[in-house]
Amino acid sequence: MTATMIAETSVDLDAEGFMTVPEQWNEEIAAELAAENGIADLTARHWLVVKFMRERFLATGAAPSIRALGKESGVPVKELYELFPKGPAKLAAKIGGIPKPQGCI
Amino acid sequence: MNTYTLDHPELALSEPKTLEKVAIVVSKGSLEGIYPALIMANGARMEGIEADLFFTFFGLDAIRKDRFEKIKVATVGNPGMHMPTWLGALPGFSALATKMMQRQMEKIDIPPIPEFIELVADSGVRLYACKATVDMFGLTMADFVPQVEGIISVGEFYEQAAGGQIIFT
Repeated sequence: MTATMIAETSVDLDAEGFMTVPEQWNEEIAAELAAENGIADLTARHWLVVKFMRERFLATGAAPSIRALGKESGVPVKELYELFPKGPAKLAAKIGGIPKPQGCI
Repeated sequence: MNTYTLDHPELALSEPKTLEKVAIVVSKGSLEGIYPALIMANGARMEGIEADLFFTFFGLDAIRKDRFEKIKVATVGNPGMHMPTWLGALPGFSALATKMMQRQMEKIDIPPIPEFIELVADSGVRLYACKATVDMFGLTMADFVPQVEGIISVGEFYEQAAGGQIIFT
């Protein structure tokens, strides 16, 4: 784990760049993490997914599956992959400041 | 591995950091034959890895309109079930075992096969039927779910899989 400066805040990241302390997160950090991961502009649709991931994690202690994300976030699976081509659950978790999803689905 | 790369640092450098593409062959038509392939294809897409599914022989059941809702666990000839063969052969036993397994899967958010096929297709997995088997069983595109992109030959499958890893299940 290393502390890194993102958007003028000290943030703890794991080896893959996921935040390990969700409380350190804010929207400026999210925008910067998104840009680093190939998403220059976070649209309202991106935010919908990122916030759903984050809120679900904070409420249940686990990130939702891609199935739940597609059914319950308000963004269907096809669009999820258009928004986050390199993996919606993984990228939305990274941008949302929560640990990497552990599930297989 | 460490010793190996220390002895050959040039190999360590040339190793690709991530897998970029997989092509998964599905040859079995039982529940336990189909699920691993779907989970691996979906998992690949979730990691940003390109994935193709190639259904052959009884694996075609997973994409056949008339069969994909009726996929069952093999309770006969399956040592993994840890039960006598005669028991697994009782009428309705396979359906019961399937029901129990599906209930467990639903709990950990693994969708039933029809929904799973839709999920992987929406995730960008390309689905193909094997031409040799399709011809052998006398099938056409009309027999398959709409997510199937085409009926392709083995040669076309290899072309499609070029540059990736091939997994046979």
